[in-house]
Amino acid sequence: MSAPSPTKAPAEDRAAEHGGPEEPRRPKGPGSSAVGRPHAAWALPGVLFFTFFAVVPMGLAFYLSFTAWDGLGDPRPVGLDNWRKLLDDDRMVQSLWLTVLLTAASWVFQTVIALLLGVWAAGRQRNRAILSAVFFVPFLLSSTAIALLFYALLDPNFGIIRENILGSSNGAFLAIVFIGAWQFIPFHTLIYQGGARQIPEVLYQAAAIDGAGRYRQFFSITLPQLRHTITTSTVLLVVGSLTYFETVLILTKGGPGTDTAILPYLMYEAGFKSYDFGYASAIASFLVLTATGLSLVLVRLTGFGHMRSTREGM
Amino acid sequence: MSHDTLPRPRPPKTEERPPVPPVPPRRRHWTKRANPLAGLGSVVWLAVVLVPIYAMLSASLTSQDKALTGNPLSPPTSPTLDNYNTVLNSGFGHLLSNTAIVAVSVVAIVLGLSLPLAYVAVRTRNRWSGLAFRLFLLGVAIPAQAVVVPLYLLIAKLDLYDSLLAVILPTAAFAMPVSVLVLVGTLRDVSEELYEAMALDGASPQRMLFQLAVPMAKGGISTVVIFSALQAWNGFLFPLIFTQSDGPRVLTLGLFNYVSQFGVNIPALLASVVLSGVPIFAVYLVARRALIGGLMGVGGK
Repeated sequence: MSAPSPTKAPAEDRAAEHGGPEEPRRPKGPGSSAVGRPHAAWALPGVLFFTFFAVVPMGLAFYLSFTAWDGLGDPRPVGLDNWRKLLDDDRMVQSLWLTVLLTAASWVFQTVIALLLGVWAAGRQRNRAILSAVFFVPFLLSSTAIALLFYALLDPNFGIIRENILGSSNGAFLAIVFIGAWQFIPFHTLIYQGGARQIPEVLYQAAAIDGAGRYRQFFSITLPQLRHTITTSTVLLVVGSLTYFETVLILTKGGPGTDTAILPYLMYEAGFKSYDFGYASAIASFLVLTATGLSLVLVRLTGFGHMRSTREGM
Repeated sequence: MSHDTLPRPRPPKTEERPPVPPVPPRRRHWTKRANPLAGLGSVVWLAVVLVPIYAMLSASLTSQDKALTGNPLSPPTSPTLDNYNTVLNSGFGHLLSNTAIVAVSVVAIVLGLSLPLAYVAVRTRNRWSGLAFRLFLLGVAIPAQAVVVPLYLLIAKLDLYDSLLAVILPTAAFAMPVSVLVLVGTLRDVSEELYEAMALDGASPQRMLFQLAVPMAKGGISTVVIFSALQAWNGFLFPLIFTQSDGPRVLTLGLFNYVSQFGVNIPALLASVVLSGVPIFAVYLVARRALIGGLMGVGGK
């Protein structure tokens, strides 16, 4: 990640020079002009709040993973027991594999469709604007509502397809991939639409003059120009698909058997069904390590840290 | 790390309008030719989006015995609002008002804390403000699932278990990272010269925040408001784990409970899903521009 504000320095120097005789009387550190700048303490309430409810719990999860705790009384230290159990647990291996598979399938499915839809919708005809508005509707429903909707539509006695899809392992897995896509493709389409609109028109004009056709233009201009957008969307998608918890809980309860029990669901079961909060914390810590590891790799590889500047010029 | 090889034209700095590149409007010659394949694909996706929604609306208007015999894709023969009555009479208003309280409080907390934070991150040259910003950048990657056990411990120790606050506080905390990123993005676009001019006039940092930064960053602020409201409205995990009784129950959890309450009464279940979407859909119709503009900005690099 880069320094937070490389582009600001010159402007600040100017600010210092133009401060002129009206400079405030209070003593200043070397090279700083505090004129009209907020005190850093303004950030404190937000930082403290976020630290208390998000960062501290993350550390606490790690601590609890070395304890046994049934939700009552106080956690009791047990060393590496939970982690040993984690490594020996066959369900954990299956669950990790399922989580990876679900993330990969969701990425392929959602990225391809959202990219195509987004590039198409970036055109400015009226029908595209209206269609894009309709496309967005599923994103407005909550995951719970969407899971219930498909719970009804996939019901073997009531639904559209009168077969017990959720009763078969592959059927249940594909249903979860599809529902995730149904819900989140609208969001990613919008991201790609925004990205595609920022591609300079001159590139296409030049390509057209050179005789490049529509598909040539797509692969030689649109795709390469959208690489940052693809990254942004991918990071959000990967972190997001670690959380397909509602869908699994409502639709399949991890079943049939344990064939859709992804990591967050396994954690929920260990903690809030079996009251083994120490083990649940070990799974949770593993989830945090996976998620932060993944995002760090993605950030490093792609410069996602520049996300703050993506809205420039909006 | 990622230097753009091509200079991008910067669109004019208008606030609420969607980004319009500074080229005159009649320029998209290349899209004027029909693209049958893309057109077909978009119609197929339209069907994928609309068929479940249509099936839901139609089934919610059908009586239960008819729903079990008929095909959900055929239009309801004798539409009835009975299912909606059933849902509305089973405490739906209470769920709705709880959810509204959560959403409003979350938005207030998120905005109240993120705005000064983003302002400091953009305006202060303190090493700590840069660190604070990084904290939130990494915070985007913390999955709420992963910290729910320790949060449960914290909430219990704070004696907040089974209250609306137990839902509000963690939800607000987890809506902050994205909000800070969006606000920093918009505030960064307010030009330094304007701040300088105000500073020369002797304006205090507070005045600059409220009379310059806030008005200029209206687009980003509306995105944050809508985004955190949506997150609060749709949240499920925190209510599921931090509340128990009917008192602080929110909409999503109520929906979840309807599965057992209505059992096989699928039309009533679907009516409750429709009702839960109505308020958000109403907001969407009003605030579509702000929401879409804000989210689109994420992809434009």
